[in-house]
Amino acid sequence: MTDLADRQKLSYIAAQAADARLNVELETEGMTLNIGPQHPATHGTLRIIVRLDGEQVVWAEPSAGYMHRGYEKLTEVRTFPQVTALVNRIDWLGSFANEVPFILAAEKLMEIEAPPRAQWIRTILFELSRIANVGLFLGDLGVQLGAVTPVFMAFRDREHVLNLIEGATGGRFHPNFDRIGGLKDDLPAGWIAETKQVMKKLRNFCTEMEDLLFGNEIFQSRLRGIGVIPAEVAKQYGLSGANLRASGVDWDLRRDQSLPLAYDKVDWKVWTHPDGDSFARCWIRLQETRESTLIVDQLLDTMPSGPIMAKVPRIIKVPEGEAWVSTENPLGEMGYYVVSKGDLGPFRVKIRSASFNNISIVPWVLRGVYVPDVISILASLYFILGDIDR
Amino acid sequence: MSDDAATQELAALPGDALREGVVQALRDALGDALLDSLIKPNDDVWVRVRTDAWVQAGHVLRDTVGCDYFCFLSGIDWMPSPFGRGEDDPTAPAPERDSTIKQGYAGGDTRMQVFARVTNLSKHFGVTIKADVADDAPAIDSWIPVYAGANWHERECHEMFGIGFNGHPDLRNMYLPTDFEGHPLRKDFPLLARLVKPWPGIVDVEPLPGDDAEEGEAS
Repeated sequence: MTDLADRQKLSYIAAQAADARLNVELETEGMTLNIGPQHPATHGTLRIIVRLDGEQVVWAEPSAGYMHRGYEKLTEVRTFPQVTALVNRIDWLGSFANEVPFILAAEKLMEIEAPPRAQWIRTILFELSRIANVGLFLGDLGVQLGAVTPVFMAFRDREHVLNLIEGATGGRFHPNFDRIGGLKDDLPAGWIAETKQVMKKLRNFCTEMEDLLFGNEIFQSRLRGIGVIPAEVAKQYGLSGANLRASGVDWDLRRDQSLPLAYDKVDWKVWTHPDGDSFARCWIRLQETRESTLIVDQLLDTMPSGPIMAKVPRIIKVPEGEAWVSTENPLGEMGYYVVSKGDLGPFRVKIRSASFNNISIVPWVLRGVYVPDVISILASLYFILGDIDR
Repeated sequence: MSDDAATQELAALPGDALREGVVQALRDALGDALLDSLIKPNDDVWVRVRTDAWVQAGHVLRDTVGCDYFCFLSGIDWMPSPFGRGEDDPTAPAPERDSTIKQGYAGGDTRMQVFARVTNLSKHFGVTIKADVADDAPAIDSWIPVYAGANWHERECHEMFGIGFNGHPDLRNMYLPTDFEGHPLRKDFPLLARLVKPWPGIVDVEPLPGDDAEEGEAS
């Protein structure tokens, strides 16, 4: 009996010692916190492993790849017109915008250009997908910071935009509407008047958001001065879109390159912010949503009439060559490097998606921040999982 | 520094002259390590550099040419796919396919190439730069010291093409399991979905609209 008691005593002491060692380890080496892959704050299946020292992040490592669908490989067994159905699903909140650069790259290789009316409608739908995408971001941003109301407003008003996209293309999420040489269909009757109404609602929504969120003291204190990215670092990592403009870089692909889209026909402004913090990134997106509604309004007024499809062969063979086209998508620069061998399908398509670069900066920007700021920084960088993994 | 003067000089040039300036700047700095270049008017510029000059070319592009924005880096396998477009009938004998390797713009000597794109944000032009990698042990120096953002792109390229990047700190797989065998974006890696279940298009054939006499324009 004494033996057993001794042994119990000894094992108790051993357990205590092990606990003590563990405590010492925790205090000196911090802990590892695993966020995701399934977590409400990660919009999908991005997993982030952060090493903490107390409340501070020592290092962070995003782990993507839970939703890799291999689009670059799949494009090699598709014909050119079939590829749009794939690339639609990259950034699923603004899917029409994904089709445009690919179609433009194919058109560049074929040396054809869509007729003016098609260019106008493309630009309008492009901006509508930006509004649908970024509008939801503004609502979601509130949720991540603990404000529940904005997301209901965002879903309410995004519904109007999705209805418009559905009215024109037949698809709410995946329009698959863009064709090489033009568009699938013309606009339905009454669509223009309806769109004008909705743009007014969306401008109200932006004002509501500005009052409700951006003027809020808690909101500001959670975002101002947090996650500052200097312009030099942002460019090194290839950040694009609102993330880059929030660091004071005045660069917008809608303005700074000549593509057969109608952006040079309207009067609009590129917003920048000098601060480079989370607040700046969110603020830029709000201003851009409003700017987009103004672009759409002007385009609706100046819409030319005419055909919506250029003359293209029924069987599309794209001549041999290489082309790079990128556009300013809701999330940033989205581009396709298309290599054609004169076949029915592309030889290689490199998809440059905005979120992949935008998220690759996470290990840099999260170093040294506090745990609650991890969520607000990730929210302000704004990524879509499909856009990271492709 | 003389680099500043060179940047100033480049800034004064418009359009295609700007692209010629890029090629000239690279030729001045790299000499015969700049193997080939192609300028398409009003479109883009492609350059190809020797594998050992890859990092130096990156520095020239960043500091002299002013392309400090890193767009992407990836690989390309120029071998035509032995599986075609995955539409072969598995019951029929395998069709004969042309397997000559033909590189694209700015030429090349090897089956696989690494290519990257960097952009000058203030002058609004980009450069696509390519480099050959050896067939037997494809590897090239890492661009991380030049563009920090190359990190993930090189990881992805290593995973998809099996190209090594010397000096990369962490070439773990991003998408695939750690013990995955093969490199999916190489052309000799079959698209497995098409092997396990043949493409329905080969049995369920609709006549193509252009097959009749008046092939050509749509109405």
